[in-house]
Amino acid sequence: MIYGIHWDLHSPLAFAISILPILLIGMKITVEATILGFLVALLLGLVLALLRRVPLRIIAWPTAVAIEFLRDTPLLVQLFFLYYVLPKYGVTLPALFTGVLALGVQYSAYTSEVYRAGLEAVDRGQIEAATALNLSRARLYRTIILPQAIPRIIPALGNYLVSMIKDTPVLSTVTVMEMLNLAQIIGDRTYRYLIPLTIVGALFLLLTVIASTVVNRLDRVLPKEGVPLR
Amino acid sequence: MHWTGFIAPLARGAWITAEITAYSTVLGAALSFVAGLGRVSRSRAVRVTAAVYIEIFRGTSLLVQMFWLYYALPLLGPSLPPMASGVLALSLNIGAYGAEVVRGAINAVPREQWEASTALNFTRRQALWRIIMPQALAEMMPPFGNLAIQNLKDTSLVSLITISDLTFHADALRNLTLASTPIYTLTLLMYFGMALVLTALIRLIERWSRRHLAPSRGAHA
Repeated sequence: MIYGIHWDLHSPLAFAISILPILLIGMKITVEATILGFLVALLLGLVLALLRRVPLRIIAWPTAVAIEFLRDTPLLVQLFFLYYVLPKYGVTLPALFTGVLALGVQYSAYTSEVYRAGLEAVDRGQIEAATALNLSRARLYRTIILPQAIPRIIPALGNYLVSMIKDTPVLSTVTVMEMLNLAQIIGDRTYRYLIPLTIVGALFLLLTVIASTVVNRLDRVLPKEGVPLR
Repeated sequence: MHWTGFIAPLARGAWITAEITAYSTVLGAALSFVAGLGRVSRSRAVRVTAAVYIEIFRGTSLLVQMFWLYYALPLLGPSLPPMASGVLALSLNIGAYGAEVVRGAINAVPREQWEASTALNFTRRQALWRIIMPQALAEMMPPFGNLAIQNLKDTSLVSLITISDLTFHADALRNLTLASTPIYTLTLLMYFGMALVLTALIRLIERWSRRHLAPSRGAHA
């Protein structure tokens, strides 16, 4: 029994049906962790991308190294680092928030590259033309750079969102009760791993198919030539 | 315990990590070609099989796949040692991503190359291996490089099915000494070091493949 829900061991089908509600509770945590982690990645990635564009080399260069470091080290180890090291310095977070932070930190390295590529894809000639026309920096970004960068950035970010969904089971290692962790607990208590793990696989497939369909739709809807702001 | 005492046990784990990365990258590359070529096969059955494999392994989580092979598969019959489950899960996962790279690169070769091969009386197989593949291979190298780095990072998950890789050693040392700060800092640095070595290796292969596989493309472009 988990969350007051009992399982039925009479037949494989009855077992599958009886544990589905438990796994769906786990799916809610999976979705929450993904959404929160993605928000952290969007913000932190923006900070990293902007720091990297600072003309001062003493700021831009260490940022580039930090991005490379975050991108080249495993999520699991970053998660363990946050989970076991932060409390030593007096920062104690609930497991879910530590997990969200780890997801956000790892993916901020990816999102910062997406922002950078999006901004750099805008033709230099247009920026020179804007300078020649004496546009302010704010106006340059609002009317020229961002409208063209957004349709490039959003689909790429969407792909990382789909990818992040699949990384959330790693959070089970620090006691977050997402789908895989619950399936594992059910398996440990019933000695039946096949059905819970297979259902979790199917639920992940469902989540990623829905998410990538939305991303593809978005990619098709966004006007390639630019999104007018205001 | 002074932090230098952690280096030797972590390095032993790092060696296992390097081995697993090597095995699964090679096996994953082989699977990429099998499934990627399967996707462009003329047989519908082969195309569908390859597509189902790719969708399942790209659509679900690597850790779920690994646990499935380790905990669930023995209940169906075959029981694999942890090392085999780990390497197999990593290879199947990275192979599914690699298959899309192979398919994309083959499709990116201009149609005229196929038509010219037909005009010169090449069989389909000869055209694929002598004309299309050398050009496609050069195209595949950069994305394959990214997948190899991804694979190196993913190997840390094998620690969760009792394989004593770098992450496993780090966890064991933390349990023993509670000195989490130096242990995990060293561990992260070791992964970073391995990734830099792997990146350098990939650059060499990329340079080699650009020079030897598709020299005509650069010259005529």
